[in-house]
Amino acid sequence: MSKEKIKISEDLYDIMPSDYQDLVKSATYGKEDRGWKDIGNSKELIEQHSLCAGCPESMAFRYILASLPNPEDTVMVGSTGCTSLVFPMVAVHNIHSLFGNQNAIASGLKRALSVRFPGRTKDVVVLAGDGATVDIGLDMTLQAWFRQEKFTTICFDNELYANTGGQESGLMQKGFVAKMAPVGKLFDKVRLPEIARESGCHYVIQCTVSKPSLVEKVVRNAVMIAREIGPTYLQLYTPCILEIGKNSMEGLQEMRDSEKPTERFAYREYISEPAKQLLAEISAKDKEKKAAAKQLASQGA
Amino acid sequence: MADTHSVIGTKNKKGQTFTDTWKMMNDAPRTPSFFTGSEVIKEALRRASCDVMIAYPITPQSEAAALIGELFAEGYIGDYFRGESEFAVMSQCAGAAFGGARVFTTTAGPGTMRAMENFPMWSGARLPIQMIVTCRGINSPLSIQPDTLEIAYLLNTGMLVWHAETAQDFFDWILKGYMVSEEPDVHLPLALCCDGFFVTHTKDVVNLTPADMCLPPYDPYRSPVPCMDMECPPVRMMRDPFVMKSNYISYATHASWQQEVWAAVERSRKHTIKWINGLIETENTDAEVLIVASGTAVSQGREAIRLLEDEGIRCGLVKIKSLRPWPGEEIREATKNAKHIIVPEFNVTGWLAKEIKATIPNSERVNAGPRVCGGMTMPPEIIVSEIKTLLGMRTMSMAGRGS
Repeated sequence: MSKEKIKISEDLYDIMPSDYQDLVKSATYGKEDRGWKDIGNSKELIEQHSLCAGCPESMAFRYILASLPNPEDTVMVGSTGCTSLVFPMVAVHNIHSLFGNQNAIASGLKRALSVRFPGRTKDVVVLAGDGATVDIGLDMTLQAWFRQEKFTTICFDNELYANTGGQESGLMQKGFVAKMAPVGKLFDKVRLPEIARESGCHYVIQCTVSKPSLVEKVVRNAVMIAREIGPTYLQLYTPCILEIGKNSMEGLQEMRDSEKPTERFAYREYISEPAKQLLAEISAKDKEKKAAAKQLASQGA
Repeated sequence: MADTHSVIGTKNKKGQTFTDTWKMMNDAPRTPSFFTGSEVIKEALRRASCDVMIAYPITPQSEAAALIGELFAEGYIGDYFRGESEFAVMSQCAGAAFGGARVFTTTAGPGTMRAMENFPMWSGARLPIQMIVTCRGINSPLSIQPDTLEIAYLLNTGMLVWHAETAQDFFDWILKGYMVSEEPDVHLPLALCCDGFFVTHTKDVVNLTPADMCLPPYDPYRSPVPCMDMECPPVRMMRDPFVMKSNYISYATHASWQQEVWAAVERSRKHTIKWINGLIETENTDAEVLIVASGTAVSQGREAIRLLEDEGIRCGLVKIKSLRPWPGEEIREATKNAKHIIVPEFNVTGWLAKEIKATIPNSERVNAGPRVCGGMTMPPEIIVSEIKTLLGMRTMSMAGRGS
């Protein structure tokens, strides 16, 4: 989609919703170096959300949407859960169909877009919670990776079923007492990042969303690698402050505490050899571009 | 319409000519060919301009699903792969349809049941996917034999449901089915059912349309809901997602959308009548005895009618082609003279007889049987015997049936 397509006819301008007018005036579709720094001085691709006050998931949503390299040609796939409450207010096409089938939907979608738009880039990004990704949808998560489907899977890991009220999930820590884990969870947190690597993902990152610059980097990398090479996986800690007994303002600190080198959300990455090569090429091109711009600027001066 | 029409007369990459479907199906010369039902599915798909087909092995549709893979290898299908389960496959089909593709898949019995959560979602999302259902047993212990019980579960999904009798029905309806499904005022998935093995694994003469003609491609921008391809503006859909609201406006939204899906099923009626020449076919409906059936039970009914004729008993026939939309008016009209309405079925519960009873006046006229299930065949003689018993005539006892 070119930005031309979202332009409003002059005659209809005043009756369009203000958030749509803002999208046309000041969103970042087509902006090559878009990123988290656009937040605050351009129209974000997310309207008001209906998540709890202070929910780290809402921060993650904003950073991710600001960081997609190609939102004007990106379709997102969600699943049931807190994320499904946000997607109706997101200004890229997105699909919610059932609980847990997000990677199956994305597989069919990506292939249809490839058939219909040969030679054009159409990115597909899955964004779902840990129940959807690891429990009910694990089969389809892994099978999409085995098949080397070319899309990015992002898991919002809040270590429980948040939207249904805090039940045990596969990504919950061992020993945590929760609904449906009345004597504490009896088995370890599922090691999905390692499984992702073994399942054929070319780029696997585990981190929190405490640093927007980091989220921007990993989202961009994941989308670019999925576009050119194969499946990528991001597991982002977005604690459910409500269900772990924290206050609205404590989400950021919870993430900072959990990402210390000895903690379970210490930054971890795996990058396959072809993916490393691609990232090096992208970085070299960026440098070239910057150098050229610098030269142009100095000539102008 | 412009997009679809502009390609008529041009060629696809396989050299087939995009042809007006009405002309292709009704005016183009037909070649009689001796094929299995599975091969007929492949031949229909060769002409269907299908973008994406997703396959999974389950008897008795595996052969058809694999044959379509050969079509993909030959370049007739845009993309093709084996999914990991029927639940996943039906979601993959949904993803491809959300992305604006013409989608095809096949399943059977336990596969239909495993995938069931997807079907109301397909209808609700207005995805005109075509799914062939080669019916087989769904009971435990495991059975792979013909049995139509799974159709009963499809009837309330909001999908269009047709029940083919022969391979010829199958060939024509696969192609015509897309025309009904993809109408902007319908835009619903189609479950095109047949009785597994009886249709899929037997050979029959089928009149094929020319192999160098194919359907016009699907135009996703005629859909009543936006195609998820970021080619049209991504407007915010709602202030708050209705799922989280327990209030009247939320309930009313969900209720009205369900009503709209079923209204679309109703609106498909006129297109279905046009394309498959009526929701039912009838013979001799002035007779006092009438067999009303769908699928291969119709063929067995025809044989029974022939046997009865030999004995001087006149019996009419109603072949139900479309189960959704349901031919209520047509059945009331066709059965108005009948004193005895015989409904032979290949399933244990007799879902078709129940539907008919709920449709016509004086439903005590309906004889819910004979029924066979679990892979049993239905010899015409048991239909004859059932009818003669109803008429108070002596019947021969049949071996092994304890009568």
